[in-house]
Amino acid sequence: MMRNGYVTGAVLGALWMVVLSVTVAIAMSFATGDPFRPSILLSLLWGAAGGGAMVALGRERMVLIGVGVAVAVLVLIGIGPMLSGSEAGLFARAFGAIALGAAFAVSLAVILDEVVPGELNRHEFEAAVIRFLTGFGYIFFTAIVLIPFYVMVMTSLKNQSELIQNPLDFSIDFSKGAELFRSYDELFTQFNFGTYLFNSFFISVLTVFITLAFAIPGAYAVARLRFSGQAAFSRSILLIYMVPMIVLALPIYIAFSMTGLRNSFWGIVMIYPVTTIPVALYMLQGYFRGLPAEVEEAGLMDGLTRLAVIWKITLPLSLPALASVSLYVFMIAWNEFLLAFMLLDDPSKFTLTRGIASLNSSEIPRQHLMAGSVIATVPIMAIFLGLERFMTKGLTAGSVKG
Amino acid sequence: MAELGPPVGTGPLAKREARLAWGLLFPTITAVALVVVLPLLAIFWISFKPVELGDLRAPEVVQREDIRGDDEAVGDTPNIRYRLRNSSQEQPITGVTFTDTIPEGLTVLELDDRCDLNGSALSCDLGDWEPGTRETIMIPVEVGQAYLDNGVRPQDSVAITTGTASSVLTNNQFTLENFSRIFSGDEFFEVLWVTMFYTVFGTIGALLVGLFAALLLNKSFRGQGILRGLYLFPYVAPVIAVAFAWLILFDPFSGSANALLVQMGVTSEAINFFGERPLALIMVTVFEIWRYFPLSFLFILARMQSIDSDMYEAADMDGASPFQQFWYLSVPQLLGILSVLFLLRFIWTFNKFDDIFLLTGGNAGTRTLTVNVYEQAFAVSNIGAGAAVAVVIFGCLLTFSLFFLKYISREEGL
Repeated sequence: MMRNGYVTGAVLGALWMVVLSVTVAIAMSFATGDPFRPSILLSLLWGAAGGGAMVALGRERMVLIGVGVAVAVLVLIGIGPMLSGSEAGLFARAFGAIALGAAFAVSLAVILDEVVPGELNRHEFEAAVIRFLTGFGYIFFTAIVLIPFYVMVMTSLKNQSELIQNPLDFSIDFSKGAELFRSYDELFTQFNFGTYLFNSFFISVLTVFITLAFAIPGAYAVARLRFSGQAAFSRSILLIYMVPMIVLALPIYIAFSMTGLRNSFWGIVMIYPVTTIPVALYMLQGYFRGLPAEVEEAGLMDGLTRLAVIWKITLPLSLPALASVSLYVFMIAWNEFLLAFMLLDDPSKFTLTRGIASLNSSEIPRQHLMAGSVIATVPIMAIFLGLERFMTKGLTAGSVKG
Repeated sequence: MAELGPPVGTGPLAKREARLAWGLLFPTITAVALVVVLPLLAIFWISFKPVELGDLRAPEVVQREDIRGDDEAVGDTPNIRYRLRNSSQEQPITGVTFTDTIPEGLTVLELDDRCDLNGSALSCDLGDWEPGTRETIMIPVEVGQAYLDNGVRPQDSVAITTGTASSVLTNNQFTLENFSRIFSGDEFFEVLWVTMFYTVFGTIGALLVGLFAALLLNKSFRGQGILRGLYLFPYVAPVIAVAFAWLILFDPFSGSANALLVQMGVTSEAINFFGERPLALIMVTVFEIWRYFPLSFLFILARMQSIDSDMYEAADMDGASPFQQFWYLSVPQLLGILSVLFLLRFIWTFNKFDDIFLLTGGNAGTRTLTVNVYEQAFAVSNIGAGAAVAVVIFGCLLTFSLFFLKYISREEGL
């Protein structure tokens, strides 16, 4: 039954219309702040009709245009899959209607590519279902990933009264000009975020260097040198991953309180690398194992010492891996929250994450909190996007601490 | 004739190599021992101690010094006053002494019988102090010309006090109260149940969502790289930033999610997503899935791209439908990485602290074991009880790891 072309077309069309009308309604609401909402029942109805029509009439250009225009007109006269309140401006309504019609016509034509009237074979049917799921997946993932970040950025550009008046209105009033960035300005001038930014950066970079200084020799020893206990050692690195930070943080807090290292830069710089050394060591030893040992042996034969071999042969060969590890360690240090939160109380020594935590109070407006979040997120995102190749490799090879 | 054969035992070269290896590993081992092994032992120790947050500061002698009376002219006779007290109301201090320097030009007229004067060096032995002891020592002095000329006042030289106090952390006072306290009551079982719910559903959810995402991106098309980068955002962004973004998005009063739901007619009044049982627990689990699906997605995608495409072509020729190919070809190939991911993620989700702490602070039925450590140690100020919870966590982990390591080592060479 399901594999009849008309049924498949109608069912997929109906479901797809629901997906699209919800998507377009949410997108339009977020973009304009006007009330757009999908109607599930009407979506099912018109979607089924559109899907059926595409199967019956084929996917000629004229049919697609017809379906698209029909959907847009239905939306505009108020009985379409997406309803809009009267407050919505004419332009926004027209734009929403046309967007929904066009998106529906074009994408459904792709989904129903091989669906013809009459019985479908299993292959054609499943391929259509998979194309539907794929389309749904792209929309779903893009939405869930982007919405929180969109909310973060837009909230940081508004002010308290605007936020409470209409929580959906994320439209930006460009006429305000530089006033838009007031929260950022206040964070840097009154809340010391410049210092926090510098502290975070300085601590992260130091962490990377200290980690590498410890992890490179260790990883080389585990990967290349033979000694009793080698297997047990590489196994126990993994075990260290599994000790939860909060369990360690408590005694570290006590020890730091008693020795006066709490609230100091160097205390943090001492602790951070130790949390990253095992990960870095694990990642690097995997990479070192993959390097051909013959090159190093040739170096040894030519009279280099082991340490010279590491410095002159192994390290230059593993630059990409070092880049991945460095980025990964930088990310861990930059994002670290728990230790910074527990060990730092003095506002002049805060890292960014600790600084944001201090903004979380009822006296400080929320756009400041979000502006702080944006300040912490943007650098790591920029690094990530710029060096995505290394980063992805680092994440995969790290087998990954969460 | 000498027996010819391969050398037995460890030769000098092998010994040198092993020595070098240990030398290279030494810094790492030291650091890890200091920051991981030592704290772990400390946690066990503390969990048997009646330690409160306030006990972290060992009792000490607090002293203040000032000068009473006129010291403006030669012949004035002011008093140097030392006020000392035990900073702790509970712990005694034994062998309290203090030493100070009397400035030049002051002549000591009369000496407290517990004190000694040697030239200008004053030293006093105050004996053993009960908790909360206060002492005042007055030393009458006569002002000389040199005192007025030099301008050095008694307060300028810092009096050095000594005294030994036993800290709760180091004495031999032990208790089982911490454990009986955390195990008693229904609270502990609720915490355990919340932890299991969060861990199991968070892990499985992130795996399934990650698998779905990996299936989407396991084909090359324009923009695939961009989407892959985009889908990693939740994992790469700082947890504190995304947690607060979620809190604001789902705020009951001015959150966009609520406004959207009301507008669409799904609900008539605002939902307090992070403040109601059992919704809060579901929401923190959803957050966990959202934040960590990129990780499983990345691993699964890497594994998928290494599967030989010949098999799929052969399956196609044999008439296998896409779902059959997925179920009979892809899933068996992915089972290895899926089980490894499950085991690792299970442990890491179990260990997770920041996310719940930032989202709900452990309120509204979301207190997991890790949050309980913080709650006991800092909110209730009972470090000992916090350490006891940490010991429980460690016990659970040890069980998991022993169980998992047997399997992990076989899978995927991890």
